[in-house]
Amino acid sequence: MPRTRRSKKIKNTSSGNSFHDRDALLGLFKQMYLIRQFEITCGEQYSQGNIRGFLHLYIGQEATGVGVLSQLSKDDYVITHYRDHGHALARGLDVNRSMAELFGKSTGLSKGKGGSMHLFDVSKKFMGGHAIVAGQLPVAAGLSLAQKYKNEEGITVCFFGDGATNQGVYHETLNLAAVWQLPILFVLENNGYGMGSSIERVRAGGTDFYPGVSTYGIDTAEVDGMDVLAVREATRAAIDKIRSNSSPYFIECKTFRFVGHSYADGQKYRDNDEIKSWRNKDPVETFPKYLINQNMSTDQEISDIKSKIDKQIDQAVKFAENSPNPPMSELYKDIYRD
Amino acid sequence: MPDILFRDAIKLGLQEALDNDPSVFIMGEDIGAYGGAYAVTDGLLDQYGPERIKDTPISEATFIGAGIGAAIAGLRPVIELMSISFSLVGFDQIVNMAANIRYMSGGQVNVPMVLRAPTGAGVQLAATHSQSFETWLCEVPGLKCVCPSTPYDALGLIRSAIKDDNPVFVAEPAMLYSKKGEIPNEYYEVPIGKANVIKSGSDVSLFSYGHGIKIISETANYLEKNGINAELVDLRSLNPIDTITISNSVRKTNRVVLVDTARKTGGVMSEVASLITENSVDWLDGPIVTVGSDNVPWPYNHDLEKKAFVDVQSVVKAFEKGYGV
Repeated sequence: MPRTRRSKKIKNTSSGNSFHDRDALLGLFKQMYLIRQFEITCGEQYSQGNIRGFLHLYIGQEATGVGVLSQLSKDDYVITHYRDHGHALARGLDVNRSMAELFGKSTGLSKGKGGSMHLFDVSKKFMGGHAIVAGQLPVAAGLSLAQKYKNEEGITVCFFGDGATNQGVYHETLNLAAVWQLPILFVLENNGYGMGSSIERVRAGGTDFYPGVSTYGIDTAEVDGMDVLAVREATRAAIDKIRSNSSPYFIECKTFRFVGHSYADGQKYRDNDEIKSWRNKDPVETFPKYLINQNMSTDQEISDIKSKIDKQIDQAVKFAENSPNPPMSELYKDIYRD
Repeated sequence: MPDILFRDAIKLGLQEALDNDPSVFIMGEDIGAYGGAYAVTDGLLDQYGPERIKDTPISEATFIGAGIGAAIAGLRPVIELMSISFSLVGFDQIVNMAANIRYMSGGQVNVPMVLRAPTGAGVQLAATHSQSFETWLCEVPGLKCVCPSTPYDALGLIRSAIKDDNPVFVAEPAMLYSKKGEIPNEYYEVPIGKANVIKSGSDVSLFSYGHGIKIISETANYLEKNGINAELVDLRSLNPIDTITISNSVRKTNRVVLVDTARKTGGVMSEVASLITENSVDWLDGPIVTVGSDNVPWPYNHDLEKKAFVDVQSVVKAFEKGYGV
């Protein structure tokens, strides 16, 4: 099992109290629970045949996506991999339209032409889930290059998994970002497995990635990706540094997906004990307990939040079910811009 | 009508775009301090500075991908590849990303990016530096691909390519960089998607593009001495292909010879032959004659390379065999 540890306590450098206020903390829980329920529901809809193709669920990794994205502004670009539902929802993409995209409906974010692995919402600067492993990294460099070229405030956040680190463009992009000093935050979601291949089987050099990144002259942090507050603090510190230095930063989040690579995965490559031990760190379970222990919330409030979100997901399924399929004419649209 | 080198015509198009549009920038390997492997960008670094003339590491996939990212964020990158063979290193980004991202996003983004690369054999660079992968790019929806044969078309097409809101690949025949041709003083563009009838004729239509135009022009001169009046058509745009101009020419002359300087198998002309069969088969007096370079890895040795390369004699022979003249 991959070793995990909490990041060193990073001093909160953001101003004001909003970082630690009750609403902000409850907001983190709401997003994690929304993602969890969305994903569970996707699995059910997949079994019923309403969602087809490949379905990669974010179950278990919620604290990573939510922790990082909670610290972004609307000026920042987000680009990610094909396990993208969690990032989409944490970025505030419409739940109904996200579900409709998975159903392949015309009301979907991409009019039903992208599916689970390719969620986009340019109005939120969410520049896609991308389904060629590591393919989004060079594009992320280009997004941040444009921000620097245009002297914009925003930065670019690029998510990728440990599987991406054995692609050449991973190394090339780290180098390019360092050579050109791009305002970009690399977020490695190290869940220990690239599909069914554990890091130990496919990587020489151990299960930690961040030490290698320093050879490119990029600042790094390692953080417990199951701890939403730790992820949030690490991200805040990273963004402050990116903005003040106009230079790249790399965060490695140690996390775990509780389910298979895709919905069809029987997980023959790992044993139940490993999954169980990570389940003990489930942020959707542990974080509300923490809030209650800190007297920031109550059982009742958590339960109310859950039932409200459950209803929201039910609504999203109904919206997707009731939406029309794209018309046949849609086949020939959006290939070129006139 | 001043004479200008092919490479300088492209440079002129780049300079105009850099002058007129602050969102245009250029990147590629050794395009700045070195001046470009084929000297197309020579002097631009001094003129425009390192923010707009960006030397990249030797990481084709990554700087092509960075161009895509910059393009979807509102810039208009022009990327030089040192050889079209090197595009293979970045083919994932060109095809999976640049061509598909608009469609996958339901039309939310577009990629106004130009990729430029020297293409073709004939300068003894052996197998890895002599290929013509514009042939592959023709199959990809979402991309456009053009190949100029004169300085006039090179300037006109680069102007159109940079203005286009889609990814455009400009394949530049390596053998043409030092050829001269006329350009007018007045501004013009060459539209993407339009073939060019270089010479009108009545007896046979000779189709080609890029460096192949020289071969069909010489073939036409030879045929003319034998009383055969050939029409010459330069495709110029390979994706999309101008099916109307092709059909009009075929239906006029009723005889067709298609010439690829690329390897014949799976070349652009295979697609043209298919289009002619679909659209104009009833107008044909004989077979669609297709001639191309040999289906071999390009050799280094001069004589071997020359033998592999399509030439006037082989075109004439194929025409005579096909049409019994």
